[in-house]
Amino acid sequence: MRVSIDTDRCQGHGRCFNVAPTVFGFDDLGNGVVLVAEPSGEDVALARLAEANCPERAITVVE
Amino acid sequence: MTDFATDWDHTDPRWVHDPYPIWDDLRERCPVAHTDRYGGAWFPSTHAGVSAVATDTEHFTSRTVVIGNGRPMEEAPPAPIGVAPPITSDPPFHQIARRLILPVFAPGPVRELEPMVRALCERLLDKIAGEGVIDAATQYAQFIPPAVIIRMLGFPEADEELFREFVHVVLEGVNHSVEQRLEEFAPIEEYLNAQIEDHRAHPRDDLTSYLLGVEVAGQRLAIEHIRGTMILVLIAGIDTTWSAIGASLWHLASHPDDLARLVAEPELMGVAVEEFLRFYAPVTMARLVKEDVDFLGCPMKRDDWVLLGFPAANRDPTVFPDADRFIIDRLENRHIAFGLGIHRCAGSNLARMELRVAIESFIARYPRFELLDPEDVTWSQGQVRGPRRVPIRIVNES
Repeated sequence: MRVSIDTDRCQGHGRCFNVAPTVFGFDDLGNGVVLVAEPSGEDVALARLAEANCPERAITVVE
Repeated sequence: MTDFATDWDHTDPRWVHDPYPIWDDLRERCPVAHTDRYGGAWFPSTHAGVSAVATDTEHFTSRTVVIGNGRPMEEAPPAPIGVAPPITSDPPFHQIARRLILPVFAPGPVRELEPMVRALCERLLDKIAGEGVIDAATQYAQFIPPAVIIRMLGFPEADEELFREFVHVVLEGVNHSVEQRLEEFAPIEEYLNAQIEDHRAHPRDDLTSYLLGVEVAGQRLAIEHIRGTMILVLIAGIDTTWSAIGASLWHLASHPDDLARLVAEPELMGVAVEEFLRFYAPVTMARLVKEDVDFLGCPMKRDDWVLLGFPAANRDPTVFPDADRFIIDRLENRHIAFGLGIHRCAGSNLARMELRVAIESFIARYPRFELLDPEDVTWSQGQVRGPRRVPIRIVNES
């Protein structure tokens, strides 16, 4: 599994790093950043949940 | 009886009292409603319609975001700065103004404010301890955001009451004449000028001093820019969060099962806060049509308003399963309570923290409470929706 954030779409809603703090973090503007690009274990479900909660649909999760 | 599809009015008492059935009806029957009021205005009620306008800065301008009878006042600071940057700014200036303030409201600085908010909530609860019957809006919720914003701006704590009055003037006087509006705004400008002078003379570690000192391309900000951003923080940071806290407590007071569950399962708080935000999103923002354009199948004219119903979009059943049900453990919740696109609420991290801490503190102190009289709950009029009175009876105090 591979996780990425489309930085053109991300507007800093902050959902990803609240839902999945082990997979996503934030920069000094509050935009999301990927901490673990290839999550495993419990982080897999969390990454998917973050994708499903992003209002801007900026997160992509591919197998 | 008026038809909201062709003559909507967001200040109509029926809309103010309970807008959700109206929006459900419009979504089915007329997904972009129109009115001749306010000089012409449109209201998309679907998630798709709201998203399309919110993310299109080519056809729509944010030069003013609160609907009124006039159009952007000639007296206002001219573009690119506008009335309250960056919320009233368009690209490319928008990005400059926004980048200036985002670090102040980023998750890191907001976390540092959390202990202060928690202490504030405890103090407010101590004040009303043992009363039996309290108003969760006027004795609790409404005190939290002004105290936080005053602290951030570095204004005297004693001015909280004055602050709430300013916010009321700006947000609820939308149907007043342009002349009356200007007159109402004068004391606000005067107050901010005095604060700016004081901070110039005595710089300190707060947002006001930051705005006075910060440079863009080697230049200090124009005074209109500084004052405008202060107005933004004052307006956008107070009524909105107070409304969200009030609506959430109102919900818990009238839904004992949800209250019991949240008390028993505090780990649910994160998802519950997002559902409060989805279900009771307090904020709608407006745009102006830049030039005549056919958009969403509607012949929009230059200077028509478009009211962005984020709260209506949040109830769109094509995006949210069981959209009209409050589901306290809703895991997938792509709500747009904080807007969408480049104008995403800059204070969303702060608002979310205040809302969470306010609810946590309240239910820790009062694990059981109930609405005293549903008829006694009144809702604000205008583009920020929240309960202004939430009288509750305390069943259990800890």
